[in-house]
Amino acid sequence: MTDAPLLSLITFVPLAGAALLLIVGGDIEMRNRNCRFLALWTTLVAFAISIVMWANFDPSRSDFQFTEKHEWLGGGISYHMGVDGISVLFILLTTFIMPFCILASWKAIDTRVREYMIAFLVLESLMIGTFCALDLVLFYLFFEGGLIPMFLIIGIWGGPRRVYATYKFFLYTFLGSVLMLVAMMAMYWQAGTTDITVLLTHDFPVSMQSWLWFAFLASFAVKMPMWPVHTWLPDAHVEAPTAGSVILAGILLKMGGYGFLRFSVPMFPVASEQFAPLIFALSVIAIIYTSLVALVQEDMKKLIAYSSVAHMGFVTMGIFAMNMQGLQGGIVQMVSHGFVSGALFLCVGVVYDRLHTREIAAYGGLVKLMPMYALAFMVFTLANVGLPGTSGFVGELLTMVGVFQVNTWVAFFAAFGVILSACYALWLYRRIIFGVLEKSSLKGMTDLTPREIAILVPLVIATIFFGVYPKPMFKATEATVEKLIADHSLAMAQHRATARVASAAIH
Amino acid sequence: MDQNNSLDLGKSVGAQFDKFVGSLPADYPFPDLFTILPELILAVGAMVLLIYGVYRRKEPTRSVSWLAVGLLGLTAIAVLFPIKGSTAAFHGAFMADGFARFVKMLIVIGSAAAIIISQDFIRKERIARFEYPILILLSSVGMMTMASANDLIMFYIGVELQSLPLYVLAAFNRDSQRSTEAGLKYFVLGALSSGLLLYGCSLIYGFSGTTTFPQIAAVISAEAQPHHINLGITFGLAFITASLAFKVSAVPFHMWTPDVYEGAPTPVTAFFGMAPKMAALALFARAMLTPFGGVAYHWQWQQILVFVSVASMVLGAFAAIGQTNIKRLMAYSTIGHMGFALVGLAAGTVEGVKGLLIYITIYLAMTIGTFICILSMRRREGMVETIADLSGLSRTHPMMAAALALLMFSLAGVPPLAGFFGKWFVFAAAVQAKLYWLAVVGVVTSVVGAYYYLRIVKIMYFDEPAPAFERPMPRDMSILLGAASVFVLFFGVFPGPLVTAARAAAAVLFP
Repeated sequence: MTDAPLLSLITFVPLAGAALLLIVGGDIEMRNRNCRFLALWTTLVAFAISIVMWANFDPSRSDFQFTEKHEWLGGGISYHMGVDGISVLFILLTTFIMPFCILASWKAIDTRVREYMIAFLVLESLMIGTFCALDLVLFYLFFEGGLIPMFLIIGIWGGPRRVYATYKFFLYTFLGSVLMLVAMMAMYWQAGTTDITVLLTHDFPVSMQSWLWFAFLASFAVKMPMWPVHTWLPDAHVEAPTAGSVILAGILLKMGGYGFLRFSVPMFPVASEQFAPLIFALSVIAIIYTSLVALVQEDMKKLIAYSSVAHMGFVTMGIFAMNMQGLQGGIVQMVSHGFVSGALFLCVGVVYDRLHTREIAAYGGLVKLMPMYALAFMVFTLANVGLPGTSGFVGELLTMVGVFQVNTWVAFFAAFGVILSACYALWLYRRIIFGVLEKSSLKGMTDLTPREIAILVPLVIATIFFGVYPKPMFKATEATVEKLIADHSLAMAQHRATARVASAAIH
Repeated sequence: MDQNNSLDLGKSVGAQFDKFVGSLPADYPFPDLFTILPELILAVGAMVLLIYGVYRRKEPTRSVSWLAVGLLGLTAIAVLFPIKGSTAAFHGAFMADGFARFVKMLIVIGSAAAIIISQDFIRKERIARFEYPILILLSSVGMMTMASANDLIMFYIGVELQSLPLYVLAAFNRDSQRSTEAGLKYFVLGALSSGLLLYGCSLIYGFSGTTTFPQIAAVISAEAQPHHINLGITFGLAFITASLAFKVSAVPFHMWTPDVYEGAPTPVTAFFGMAPKMAALALFARAMLTPFGGVAYHWQWQQILVFVSVASMVLGAFAAIGQTNIKRLMAYSTIGHMGFALVGLAAGTVEGVKGLLIYITIYLAMTIGTFICILSMRRREGMVETIADLSGLSRTHPMMAAALALLMFSLAGVPPLAGFFGKWFVFAAAVQAKLYWLAVVGVVTSVVGAYYYLRIVKIMYFDEPAPAFERPMPRDMSILLGAASVFVLFFGVFPGPLVTAARAAAAVLFP
């Protein structure tokens, strides 16, 4: 089983599904139905294959598994795929979230269904490829390629200001990434290859590391997004269709964090150490500032979007703490945020499909009409706040513990973020779910349909399961993260030693 | 598999030829004619077609066009399978080496595509005259000469032979004021650039005493001392560079491009954007690298090229934003893309020339596809040319919209489409040559450029439909459009053959 090219299979199954969608025929009703089912089955098959991969994954190894390597562009640029303890979680997250995205669009999308499903399946392929790629050019290909389907998803099926939002999304991310592209070229000529496994052990000159680090930061900070380049996110979230928001918050944002873990930290250890305070500062600003901004939002999606920025602040802070708790906390936080924020956007989608407004003030007292919805929404709200027992708690706590060892002040200020997140999230919940049911427009609201239950129940289970028993995630990442830390300390020790020799030579 | 088979076949055909050449007496007359066989086929064939066109009673345009395409196919075979042992002709003035052959293939493909996509247009616009394909053929002979030119005289002959038919073609719709204006403008400015070229050539000849590229290199490297360069040669070099920059429509010699692109009949515009650009860039590479590739003069032309490419990329990106006419937009897009291609040449390394060759190959495919879409923008009342006419195309012509969107994303350089790989290779070469800021300017301008390419996608996909265009697209054009889209989409899957071929071709210029 492990001999099969599993990773290529997972990556390209959605693409094959998209190709099949092209030839679906029949009259319009029939075709739309077939397209929906075909897309759903494709995502389920991809999920099943990723489960097989997970079952065969050996968490005690810290190197890359399921590797595939083929000649591609020549000159040291190859088609190289593989996963380690970090990327395996993100692949699972992606394939896990996708079926919900298709289901969430079942009724909400009724124009150009075929194109919509094709865009989503292509996007899934590219996202999985991003996490599998072990070659810089291949990584860039998948990383950037995702912009095309997302541009179309927001632009075609988005809200009233969709054109502005999608342009902003595309150009922001594109600009960040092309700078990374130049850095990749410089790395290519430095190391003579774009193979990530080789680059991970390559010592880049310290003078070069800072430049490369900043170029990668330009890309990942936008993708993440970090303050102050986060402004595309609220616009994109608000205008995107529900499933688009889920993908954005659930997976696309994680590519930034994944990039830090895969490139910035292990390849440029000295620069990462040197500029960690900058990341801490930006993270803390993000956590506090965007939480405050979230407090005053009138639009549900915008509020959740800002809360995403704040939560990603915890992730960057944890990653650059560069210790076991921080790094693992960052990873767990990303995975947990992947389904919690995705689920929150799905919850918004549920009421949006009924009332066609996302304005918080339009709702109130929904608990009387939609008790099941109120329950699900509460679980996700509390997970977003980071209540113990939910998956949100594990990551937040660990990142703070991790950063506390490095810099107590950063941890001190970050803790305010936890309080503030409780303020905006619970207040949002109160305004929508509780209160008096007095708005006449709400009278017709019905509780969750079976389809919506099928979407939300697995997410509720995952949220609580990983809150109570997060061990599988730790087990998967442990060996990889340990190696990351060991390599980092080694590189830093070497750097200090050479720096001492150099300064001794001067004196 | 197929390729191997055809290669084997080619080898056996080549072996037959070799046998034939071997059977000739040792001093057989005109050995050079075998070297220039492709050009010969094209030139003689074009004249035969001219006679055929004159004497044929029935409307000859269609048959002449297809015969011209066939002739180009024959030429392609002659280019692909050269007769052994004959790369240099006319005492080294003409080089049919790997580099020239690579570019000649692009020229042949570009010219053939231009003839095919023109037919429907010239018929409907009532300018179908059989001279049209013949002019394209004659211009192609000039372009192929340019690709092979290894001597100042051959250089000038090639440029002139290429340009004269182009002037006529630009004014081919002689009853249209726009078209004749474009032709005249192109002619006047083209004559100016020829003057610059001749003056540059005479300066170089005067100061080096020879016209052949390798001999110029030998002379100037013999007399060059560090920090001392011959001012006369440098002036000549600058004049030649200016003239070539005019031919590739690089800033600051780009002014003719938007007007000529807009005014010329659309298929002629497509032709301008394809084959002549390939030829001019190839000549640019050879004229810089062979005579002036040495240490002494490398920086002299490199700084010019760095400036020209930066200026072209910036102008191409920003000036295109405000355009409403799609032909003008494509003109500025061409300027920008020539800037990108010149980045590779500015690097001045094997990697750089390899990047340049890959870039122009991909650019050729993208241009063919885009212009087929533009040529399909026809309603009952005639051709339409504004970008707004594409509004809602994804609803009225889903396949065409998808293809054009693909091409636009590729032109913007978004992976995984072919355009990205072109950019990767040229910018990687620039980074290798330590021209970091050139690469940074390049990628940033490509983001600005992405804005206007996205605008076309936006208009096609996000806006409400405008009246549909005439249907159906002629079959030959839709096949070509499909081929271009498939190339753009799947280049990333099988990049190997082209990259290897481009590398081999580029290595020729660096003995």
